[in-house]
Amino acid sequence: MSNGDNTAGPLLAGRGLVKAHGRTEALRGAGVELNAGEILALTGPSGSGKSTLMHCLSGIVRPDAGTVTYAGRRLEELPEERLSELRRTEFGVVFQFGQLIPELTAADNVALPLMLAGADRATARSAAAEWLERFGARGQEDLRPGEMSGGQAQRTALARALVTGPRVVFADEPTGALDSLAGEQLMTALVHTARETGTAVLLITHDAQVAAYADREVRLRDGVLAPQGVAA
Amino acid sequence: MYAVHNGAMSTRHILLGLLASGPSHGYDLKRRHDERFPQARPLAYGQVYTTLQRLVRDGLAEVEGTGSDGGPERTMYRATDEGTRELTCWAGEIAPPAPFVTNEIFAKVVVSILADGDPAAYLRAQRAAHMDRMRELTAVKSAKGADLATVLSADFALNHLDADLRWMTTTADRLTTLTAEVDTA
Repeated sequence: MSNGDNTAGPLLAGRGLVKAHGRTEALRGAGVELNAGEILALTGPSGSGKSTLMHCLSGIVRPDAGTVTYAGRRLEELPEERLSELRRTEFGVVFQFGQLIPELTAADNVALPLMLAGADRATARSAAAEWLERFGARGQEDLRPGEMSGGQAQRTALARALVTGPRVVFADEPTGALDSLAGEQLMTALVHTARETGTAVLLITHDAQVAAYADREVRLRDGVLAPQGVAA
Repeated sequence: MYAVHNGAMSTRHILLGLLASGPSHGYDLKRRHDERFPQARPLAYGQVYTTLQRLVRDGLAEVEGTGSDGGPERTMYRATDEGTRELTCWAGEIAPPAPFVTNEIFAKVVVSILADGDPAAYLRAQRAAHMDRMRELTAVKSAKGADLATVLSADFALNHLDADLRWMTTTADRLTTLTAEVDTA
């Protein structure tokens, strides 16, 4: 379901999103638009609802109210198996801590999404090796997550997120556990690759220096979009 | 052990530093300055020549002769031993860690509060301007083939802008809290 946008509008749009965790309202009518190929930073203090917004936009959780539209399709109207397929083929996700499968090597972690999509192991591993090399992780194919540095683990997670050729990558504090130079290397790799492949990126961060890699910034505060300033 | 001295950021010391690698003329010093300090304000030729004359007057540099390199004839300068000692001394002195808060952003917020203005709106606009500049600098330093001087100077500017931003975020939060307290009082 990767082709044919039904509208000329944004690739991904959340509107009026409301989501509560128990009695805590994480989102109170937040909305955001992501254009094809755009790198957008979503910033805001801890607890402002950034991650919940990302989970709603990526179809990981369903909002209590509001709509999410991806390439002209309303996510809330899709049955679970279609949503699941969309997440697998169109979206890639990177978290603060890679969330790699500890028993698998770097190459197998990266190959996994392709194998889940039906590729045979040899083809998947060959593609995985290419992506690892692209992110400067050549020679690390056989390392398991426990043997990797933070930077190596995040580069592996980035390769895993991009190996299926997604149109959107969601990155939730991808540099949060890295020192500044390792964070810089990861962001440079992510941004160069996204530009080359035309992948849109929704980048969640509380760090302005990371947000500065994006084309623009939206700020969230208490579950809604904060008023934006305009540089005169 | 570092000496504490009231040495300020000075063109004369930067020129002495550039002369440390060998005799040079004003035109070349200006060109090398702008290469080494890529995000700094470019040096004016007039300032370079005035500063060189003062270095000579103070015995920190001397005229080596003239050279032409195939172009117009130019006066060559070299650092004296005293100039080299002065440079070493200056380079080891610590800079006073922000002894005074004299910053336009800070002043505008304070004045805006005093004058019952809208400091929050100002802070939002200033944040947008800071982020625009940080995006420019990030693009410059992440461009393929960026040289070390460019990366170092972009890092320096980015970290200072980031410090401003953190102060602005805290200030905006304080103003919101303060307004809420006043409203409920």
